[in-house]
Parts: sequence; C-alpha cells; structure tokens
Amino acid sequence: MAKTSEKRLEVLKTYKIYIGGQFPRTESGRYYVATNSKNENLANVCLGSRKDFRDAVVAARNAFGGWSARAAFNRGQILYRIAEMLEGRKAQFIDELMKQDSTKALAESEVNLCIDRLIYYSGWCDKFQQLFSSVNPVASSHFNFSVPEPTGVVAAIAPQNDSLLGLVSVIAPIIAGGNTGIVLASATKPLCAVTFAEVLNSSDLPGGVVNILTGKVGELVPFFADHMDVNATVFCEADAATQKLIKEKASLNVKRVLLYDKVKWSTATGQSPYFIMDLQEIKTTWHPIENIGGAKAGY
Amino acid sequence: MIATKMIPDFSAPVHVDQVGIEERASRFTKRSIKNETKLNGLMLALNMIDLTTLEGKDTNGKVKQLCYKAQHLHDAYPGLPTVAAICVYPSMVKTAKAALGNSGIKVASVATAFPSGQAPRDVKIRDTKYAVQNGADEVDMVISRGKFLEGEYNFVFDEIAAIKEACGDARLKVILETGELVTYDKVRKASDIAMYAGADFIKTSTGKISPAATMPVTLVMLEAIRDFYYKTGKKIAMKPAGGISKSKLALHYLVMLNETLGEGWMNNEWFRFGASSLANDILMQLMKQKTGVYQSANYFSID
Amino acid sequence: MAKATKNNTLKLKFDSARNLAPAPESKSAAKIDPQYDLFINGKFEKPLSKKYFATINPATEEKLSMIAEANTADVNKAVVAARTAYEKTWKKMPPAERAKYIYRIARMIQERAREFAIIETLDGGKPIRESRDFDVPTAANHFFYYAGWADKLEYAFPNRRTEPLGVAGQIIPWNFPLLMAAWKIAPALACGNTVVLKPAENTSLTALKLAEIIQEADLPPGVVNIITGAGATGAAIVNHADVNKIAFTGSTEVGKIIQRAIAGTNKKATLELGGKAANIIFDDAPIDKAVEGVINGIFFNQGHVCCAGSRLYVQESVFKEVVRKLKDRLETMILGEPMDKNTDIGAINSKAQLDIINKYIKIGQQEGAEMYQPSCAIPKKGFYCRPTIFTNVAQSNRIAQEEIFGPVLAIQSFRTDDEVIEKANNSPYGLSAGVWTDKGSKIFNLTTKLRAGVIWANTFNKFDPTSPFGGYKESGFGREGGLHGLSAYINLTT
Repeated sequence: MAKTSEKRLEVLKTYKIYIGGQFPRTESGRYYVATNSKNENLANVCLGSRKDFRDAVVAARNAFGGWSARAAFNRGQILYRIAEMLEGRKAQFIDELMKQDSTKALAESEVNLCIDRLIYYSGWCDKFQQLFSSVNPVASSHFNFSVPEPTGVVAAIAPQNDSLLGLVSVIAPIIAGGNTGIVLASATKPLCAVTFAEVLNSSDLPGGVVNILTGKVGELVPFFADHMDVNATVFCEADAATQKLIKEKASLNVKRVLLYDKVKWSTATGQSPYFIMDLQEIKTTWHPIENIGGAKAGY
Repeated sequence: MIATKMIPDFSAPVHVDQVGIEERASRFTKRSIKNETKLNGLMLALNMIDLTTLEGKDTNGKVKQLCYKAQHLHDAYPGLPTVAAICVYPSMVKTAKAALGNSGIKVASVATAFPSGQAPRDVKIRDTKYAVQNGADEVDMVISRGKFLEGEYNFVFDEIAAIKEACGDARLKVILETGELVTYDKVRKASDIAMYAGADFIKTSTGKISPAATMPVTLVMLEAIRDFYYKTGKKIAMKPAGGISKSKLALHYLVMLNETLGEGWMNNEWFRFGASSLANDILMQLMKQKTGVYQSANYFSID
Repeated sequence: MAKATKNNTLKLKFDSARNLAPAPESKSAAKIDPQYDLFINGKFEKPLSKKYFATINPATEEKLSMIAEANTADVNKAVVAARTAYEKTWKKMPPAERAKYIYRIARMIQERAREFAIIETLDGGKPIRESRDFDVPTAANHFFYYAGWADKLEYAFPNRRTEPLGVAGQIIPWNFPLLMAAWKIAPALACGNTVVLKPAENTSLTALKLAEIIQEADLPPGVVNIITGAGATGAAIVNHADVNKIAFTGSTEVGKIIQRAIAGTNKKATLELGGKAANIIFDDAPIDKAVEGVINGIFFNQGHVCCAGSRLYVQESVFKEVVRKLKDRLETMILGEPMDKNTDIGAINSKAQLDIINKYIKIGQQEGAEMYQPSCAIPKKGFYCRPTIFTNVAQSNRIAQEEIFGPVLAIQSFRTDDEVIEKANNSPYGLSAGVWTDKGSKIFNLTTKLRAGVIWANTFNKFDPTSPFGGYKESGFGREGGLHGLSAYINLTT
C-alpha cells in the first residue's frame, strides 16, 4: 500500500483572495510566485489589484452595519470560535510557516501566540466599552454619557515580516471593536494569510467583516489610503516615504491613520485594548432629566 | 360649541417636556424691559389684575374697602388704569357689585365648592347660579382634581360643560389647580379638557395650594391655548393666579404672553393676573419711574 | 364661535414683541487698547513683521483696535519660548502646582467676566446675552475642570503612564473666540504641554485679554504664547519643525490642508471641523420643545456653530404644525445690535461670511426651495442676516448638503424611521445630530445608528466641560472636553 501512496499525486492548494465571504481569484487574473529563502516556489498567489480592493471595500461597508450592531458578547464568541478553529488547524499553519523559513519550534510558538491573542481580544469584546466609557457629570439637568463606537471600514496593511502573527494582531482589534476591514497580507509570506481566511470563513464570522487580499504593498497602498469610503488606514512598516504618502492621501476624507511601526507583535506590548480604541470614535449622548418637586437628579 | 368630531381623545398621551418648558420659560426672564416699554408694561399689568380676597374671614366691610382700592389705586399718580376685576366668594358678589357701581370693573366669583371642588355636581351648579344671579360677571370654577387623577376625564369634561351652561352670559374661568396636578403633561391635558368643554379662561390655581402659578406652568397653558386657537379659531383667555407679587415677575409674564400668543392677547379681556399684593408693587415701581427715587410701602394703601 | 378651522387663515401677531425699548449693555466696563502686540514669553512684544491689521465691530463696521500680524520669525520666537518653558519649567513642575496655575486662570476669568463678555460681543457680533450667559462662564468652567486633571492623569488611562507631547500649536476659529481658546489651552496645560495659540484674525481681542490674565496669573513665561494673524501665521505654526502637536478647530477644507501638511512629520493632530447636523422630529415628540430646540440648534450664535442643526427632518404627520410653529417663533426673535440685552440674533461675524450666507440663500431659491424670513428690520450699518428657513427641500439640494455656517435652515419631511436614519447619515460630515421623540427605545436606536460624535436627544446645542465633543468622518478626529479630551495632549507609555 505504501507504494501506491507514493505514487499518488498530491493535490496542490490554490491560494485565492477572500472578499465578502467568498474566495475569488483576483479580477486582474494576475499572480505572483511565493518563494522562500531557498528559492523554492511555494505557490502561485493572487496579485491583488485596485479593483479587488474596491470590491473588498464594498463588501466591508455592507457588512459594517450588521457586524457593528452585533451584541458585544456575540462578537466575543465569534473571536473565540476563530481561535478554536485555528487550534484545530494548527498543524497546517505550522507546516506553512516552516515552508516560509520558520523553524518548527518558532512556528509552533507563533501559532500558539496567535491563538492566545485571539482569545485575549475575544475577552475584550464586551469589556473595553466599560473601561473607556464615561457618564459625564454635566452641570445642567441632563444625563450625559460617552461610549466608544467603531470607526467604520478599516484598511490595514499587515506587518510584512511575518506571516501569521502580524496579520492576526492587526485583524483582531479591528473586529473586536465592531469595525470591518480589508487586510493586505505579507507579500513575501502570504500562505498563512489565505489559510487564515479559511479559518475565518468557518468561524461564524459574517462574510465581508474581514477581507484578505494578497499582492504588492507598493502597488496597493495608495488605494488603501485614498478610498473615500474607508474610515481608517493601518500601516505597520517603518517606511517614512510610504507613511507620508498614506497620511497625505488620508486627508482627502479626513481618515484616521494608525502607524504601528514600533510595535513588537511577538511581545506582550503587541496586544492591548488601546489597539481597539485606536479604531473607535467616542460618541456622547445628551438627554434631559426631569425634576419635578423633588431634589435635582444628578449624575 | 366645538363640534363633537373635533374633540380629541383625552386618554391619549400628551407630550410636554419638563426640562424644555423650564428652559424656555427662563429665557423670557432674560428680556431686559426698560423705559417706555417698562412703563407701558406696568400699566398693562395693573389693568390685568383680578384683585382678590378669598378668605373665611371676609366681610362686607373688607370687600367694600377692596372695591374702593380697585377704583382708586393710587390717586397721587393721575391717569392710572383700574384693575380688571375683583375676585370674591359668591356670598360677597352682591356687595362687590354694589360697591363697584358702573366703574367698569368686573366682579368675578369663585364657585363650585371652591377651593376643593369636593361637592356633588348639583351643589356646584347651584353655587354657580347663585353667583351669577347676584351679578357676577365672571365665574372661577375648580375642576374635580380627584376625578381627573383617577382618569375620569369625561366626568371632568361634563362637569365643566354643565357649569358653563349654568354661567349663562358670565365668562367661565376654569381653575386647574396645577399644584395638585404636579406634572406638565397633566396640566396640558387638563387645559385641553377645559377648553374643549367650554372654558372662556383657563386659570392655574386657587391660591390655596403651593405651588400656585409659575412661569413654566403658565407657558404650558399658553401653548395649549395657542394650539386650541389654531385648531378651532377660538381664543381662550389665561389667568395665572397666586405667587405673582412682584412687578418684575409680572413683566416677565407679559413678555411670555406676548411671545407665545402675540399682541391679540395683550389686554385684560384675554389675560389676567390673580393677585392681591401685585398692585402695590407695580404702583411703587411706577412712582419710582416717575420720581426717580426708590419707594416705601408706607406711602401705598393696603386694603 | 369657532367657525371651525380655516387653519391656514389664522395667524398670531407678534409685531409688538420685537419692539422693546433699547437695553444696551454699557461699553464702559471694558477697556480696549488702540493696539495689541504679540504675547510671547510672558510679555507683549512688537511683531518682527512690523505689521498690524485692523479688527472691526461687525455690528457697526467701526474699527476697534489694531492687531499685530505675526510672521514666520514671530512664530519661531513663540515656539522657541514655548519649547524653553516646556523643557525648563513646565514639564518639571509638580502637577499639583500646574493645576493651581490653571485654577487661578479660571478664577480670574470669572472675576473679569463682564469685561470679557462685552469685548467678545463687540469684536465678534454675537448677542451680549450669549457672551454673558454662555461663552464666558463656559470658558472659565473649562479651565476649572481641566485644572483638576493635572495631578490625576494616571487614573485616566488604565495600565499606562502618561507623558506630555511638548509644544502644542493651536489654531482656533472666530465663532467662539474665548471659549475655543479655553478648550485648547486648558487641557494642553493640564497635561503638561506648553502652547502657541493663534486666534482667528477677525476675533483676536478676547484671546489677547486672556493673555493679560495669564500674565497677571504669573504663569511662567513662555508656557502660553498668544500670537495673532491670519492664515499665513497659522500655516507657519503648522509647519514649524519644533511643534509636536497641532490642534485645529475650523473648516474641513483647512483641516484637510493641515492633515496633508503634517503628513511627513511625527506631529500629532486633533481636528475639529465642519458639520451639517441632522435634527430629527418624530410625530410623538414634544413639539413645542422640539421647535425651541430647532431654533436654538440653528440660530444660536447666528448659526456660526460647527454642530448647528442645519438640516431639519420632520415626520410628515407633524410637518405642517412644526413649520407653522417655527414661523411663529421666528416672528418673536429680535435681530439687531448685539450689545442690546434683548437681541437674539446679532451680527454676522464678517462681510466675507455674510457674502457666503447670502450666496447660499440665493442658491436655495434658485434650486426651487421655498424661503421664509420673518419681517424684522435689519440695521443699516453692519453685517446682518435674517433668520431663514427653507421648505420644499430635497436631500440633493446644496443647501441641504453643504455647511453654510449661518442662520439658514433646510427642512425636509420624512415618512419612516429607516428613511430618516439613512438621510441623516447621508453626509460626509458626522459632528452632531438631534433626535426628538417621547419614546425612549427609539432614542437609543437612533443614537446608536446616527454616525456623529454628539447626539442631542430631546435637547440641542448643549455643552459642558465634562462632555467630550468631536466628530466622525470629515468632521475631524479627537475629542475636546471631558476625560476623553485628555488623550489629545498626552503620549501613553507602558
């Protein structure tokens, strides 16, 4: 039997992009070959285009209303589910990381960290609001409170130097806070990103909440920054020229720009509720308080 | 009468916002009333007063004195208007009518088991008819607050309509006793019931319950009058009563009246102050305007 | 009696309500110098530019004073002073001591409140009632509120330490000159930063009066520098290499220019920009209160308010009633000399702004919207605009989309909740919104779905030092006021 199995032709995986809960090929029909340091060809990967990004923004915008309106508890459950799914497919990720030059020990620890990070943010889903909200003691007879609300559609360029950890570290705070997003995977290490999209797709995460593209940063970054229906852009590289380009283009619609070039994702400082808050708006609501006969109602 | 089909469903909720009403009412107090506007306002306020005595110890003598005061507010200041009316209990109507003669000052009588209104309807009707037969030009009735608070709006409506009928040609003022209704929503509802049932005036208070008239509660009633006017074309008069004793406050009420119902209401056919001590405060202010020196109560008669 | 209801012919008359005897506030309680210099390093200094420009009273077009125009060299002088004060004094000062300086400023504004109110009204054209009852007390309260934060910052950010940013460049608009200066300076100082502030060129006077107070309060020299000038001066602040933070309140157009200008730097920014707020009246609203809120929402400060409720949406079943009541209410509004205590609508801040407003009024008419203005007279001198409402407006009208920044209201009707939410959010702006309904559950539905930073439910245009203010989308980012306003002036470290 062993012999026949040796003869069996392995089924190769097609690495496609993830938009609106579907796995289309890039509309451009272009691809590039992902390689590793030994110059082995690992896979043909979609070379995502401006129009793929456009489609992803439409998908993210459509998903925003529903996702932001989900109960925070439910978002937490879904993030937890993503972690469970990732745990179940750990071997595949370790395998892919090793193909992309990681050692077994490092790959294992990276996947474990990703799972733990998802669980960390799962827990924050229904807690950060309590920490960062306030009831404001205004002098007039009004009840006044401030709460964080998601900024909207976030376009993020994932850290380019690692395959999975950076991606997960960027995606988790976006969706934990109720935003939807478009994430550009590491161009040099794209395999895990596509496989992670499959994890997302099997985790009760509604289609369109996270959209993952593969392609070249230099080509796509202007669109991540100038699209008028994107509310925030996240960039993680210490590349001053690109940072400037993003900030300039962001001014077209007063986008929020978050630069995470100094973050060490593999340490404890790579996770915190402040990453969630970076992509939140503070909303303040006023309402009059009746005061008949008795003492003044105050907060 | 208002056509039956126009009478609204009084059990439906009304929408008055307490904080908003109070904010708006306080805005009127920010108006700065100076010089000739102040003089005209004070004269007008004087002319809108229902000079009132409603005490268990009222006597013919007391009422006669009050009626004299009504006609001679302060003879040292020539050209003053008279007050609008004298307001007394039914037993004093005859005395007041005689004392006022043809001065043009009206006699208003409280009725309907004032101030509580806790009497059977036929007693209230007899009370009203007695006042009218004795010469009352105006009748100040009280609504049955207990029934109102029980939600018996039809009872309250029918009672007002019955008293209106008993009034004949006398104008009917309907006292809501807002201090017992407590919320502005209820004041608004009671105002609507009174107007649709035939009130000529709506009036805040008996003066026996605190709080009596306030600017916000009066504003709620003025707004009710405005909406009623736009719905039916019929003007209803307003009388805040109790608690208005200073001329500055009276001027604020007039600003509120002027900016809520407009100049069509700026006379004593359509607005009254139910007050007893307001007159002297206005007189002191008028004398201050005239002489330029601050006044002492010793120079103004008390009746 | 009641020839029942020819509603359309009934009309209340309010002519006499407007004809009150003049009640002018006395100008003598305020001293305005003929000329003002730049407040740099604790002293009033002649501008290196050697240039001055005139500031006028928009209600009379009379010149009030000459104001120094800071050029790049002046800006540099101010930034150097701020940097030196930051490094040598302010950063090192115990926070509790910092707090006491800020408290002192608050108290001194309260003491001189009347003078501030008069100058604010003379310089900017807003009614004295508003300067006196709103602008000045709220400005003092803002200093008082933030003073107390100075030594409590570690409680505001869980699991983080805070550090100041350094020198903050602050550029403020002409609609609430003193109040905006307070909104900017108070949190910056509390968090340990030093400041270079530029008021708008039309309304520099109260900021310069504030400089006098800061001098009197013995604030260490250079901690607050107040320099005057127009756009070029502002640009010099934005582009100065040694400024760590830009805080700007003004138009979205300029906000975008600033965001672009600092793209290649590490400067932090908060932008508080334009708005086109939706104010929504449902059929179960307390209508009289809602009408009052609409009036306050759009005619407060002549509509020169970034969060003004300039788009009114009224449910169709109460549309006629609301419009009728609005028109009645407009008839009682007193337009005229801002120094008169009875004035509700004062002067438009400048000729340029009046031209913009008039342009939009014309556009509204050309677009086929129906205009209504009350019959009030307009003073012969000065810049005035009658309160204006437009009905028969569609979402696609420019007057319903673009910020006019004047007393102009665009009214549309709607049928269902979904429809009005969609229309309210159909704007690049997201600063504020208003909701009027008696139904609590609807309020919370609406406040959640409206994409704006401040939601007023059954109220409008309320402000408080404890209450964060700021926008979504193109209305800017960052918050001013409250606990959340601190974030704008600190770095977090672990």
